[in-house]
Amino acid sequence: MANQGLTGYRRANGAVGIRNYVVILAVDDLSNAAVEGIAALVPGTIAIPHAYGRLQFGADLELTFRTLIGTGANPNVAAVVVVGIEPSWTDRVADGIAVTQKPVERLSIERNGDLNTIATGARIAARLLQDASEIQRTPVERHEVMMSIKCGESDTTSGLGACPTTSQAVDRTVLAGGTVLFGETTELTGGEHLIANRCVSDPVRDKFMAFFNDYLATVEAQGVDLLGSQPTQGNIRGGLSTIEEKAMGNIAKTGSVPVVDALEPAVAPSVQGLNFMDTSSAAAECITLMAAAGAVIHLFPTGQGNIIGNPIEPVIKITANPLTAATMTEHIDLDVSGLLRRDYGLKEAGDQLMELIDRTINGRLTAAEAIGHKEFVITKLYRSA
Amino acid sequence: MSDELAFLGHQQGDSVAVAVRDVEAGKARLAFLDSEDQIEITTTEPIPLGHKVALVAIPADTSIIEYGEIIGSSRSEIAVGSLVHIHNIRSNRWQIKA
Repeated sequence: MANQGLTGYRRANGAVGIRNYVVILAVDDLSNAAVEGIAALVPGTIAIPHAYGRLQFGADLELTFRTLIGTGANPNVAAVVVVGIEPSWTDRVADGIAVTQKPVERLSIERNGDLNTIATGARIAARLLQDASEIQRTPVERHEVMMSIKCGESDTTSGLGACPTTSQAVDRTVLAGGTVLFGETTELTGGEHLIANRCVSDPVRDKFMAFFNDYLATVEAQGVDLLGSQPTQGNIRGGLSTIEEKAMGNIAKTGSVPVVDALEPAVAPSVQGLNFMDTSSAAAECITLMAAAGAVIHLFPTGQGNIIGNPIEPVIKITANPLTAATMTEHIDLDVSGLLRRDYGLKEAGDQLMELIDRTINGRLTAAEAIGHKEFVITKLYRSA
Repeated sequence: MSDELAFLGHQQGDSVAVAVRDVEAGKARLAFLDSEDQIEITTTEPIPLGHKVALVAIPADTSIIEYGEIIGSSRSEIAVGSLVHIHNIRSNRWQIKA
């Protein structure tokens, strides 16, 4: 089935979302109880608690701010209530989100206490939710729907089926004028030359290789290598033997289009096309950073069955592993195990995925959304002060 | 031998292919993603779903080719038709004392 007409939510700044969330966003760990209290009183809003936001400094603090602001700014979010322990950092996050011109309210807990903050926040959240409920879906173009990709619990079926199927969607989206983010820096090890060769220019290639070499240097500075965690025990159980083999499967999902830019984590892309982002390969960290960069729909090939979701970015799971498809049905959106039996070809699998992407854009809940997976994890660069 | 496809390789010329179902020792069908042809191979041991079989005899300390790329090296000699995994191959990037 071809695209019957995509719809989404066009925000005040022109960005296009495919969901219409009202988010209650914690600035710091201390504010988690308040954001969860507000969301409990106003069902239909989404609380985003997390573990950090105190005594961070330097690049690590900047990344946390960028992640929080980017999460609130994401076009899948209609409005935000920002809650922090004190007003200064709360303002910084709220002001950053307000640049998008969407409704943003802010509350700080000191001199109010949790309970007054929750009561005030719930009244605000209810109003924002009612207002958001009137925002209508309107026609949108494929190229306006920013996509991200990252695979997990990979096995050899990922490289044979789920990742090449995802590649089809990457190529078709980019050729339609769209933008796609990929990352997982250390999981390119052994195949980094393939990504470097696809960079559009020497400066982009240099940026990509600098990210790659810095990440590996960070690992090696700990006096260890990644044997024991890369490939993971799940990868090995699924038949993957080396990081190079895992990297080849990983890269098999990135399509054949050029790499147009290499981005710091949680930075919004400025060049249309396939963008590399320097990220961890841990699913929740990676997708949190990509959503903070503005991605509104995520494709997630899995072999052994990673069950990740995200509070604001719908995650579509694709597997070619027949055992995973049979035993983890509630987590899998698209079963392409027929590719392994050669029941159909890659183009047909790509057609199936594009149809599912279109339905998801238009409002169909993903498996992860239906069963409530909302993993949100801030990437921590080093210890807090 | 089952007529069902047993192994799928990424590219002709690869030294390994992946079991697309649990495969018993004996004759089995192999195909490559870049070809319509199917050929017959003989496995020397069971190969579980998702695990790799050696398509050629591989001497010790030899590059293993999958996707047309080097994915590691053999720790020891690997007979054609046998299981290829962490017991007999290793990363070229992150070394471990075998």
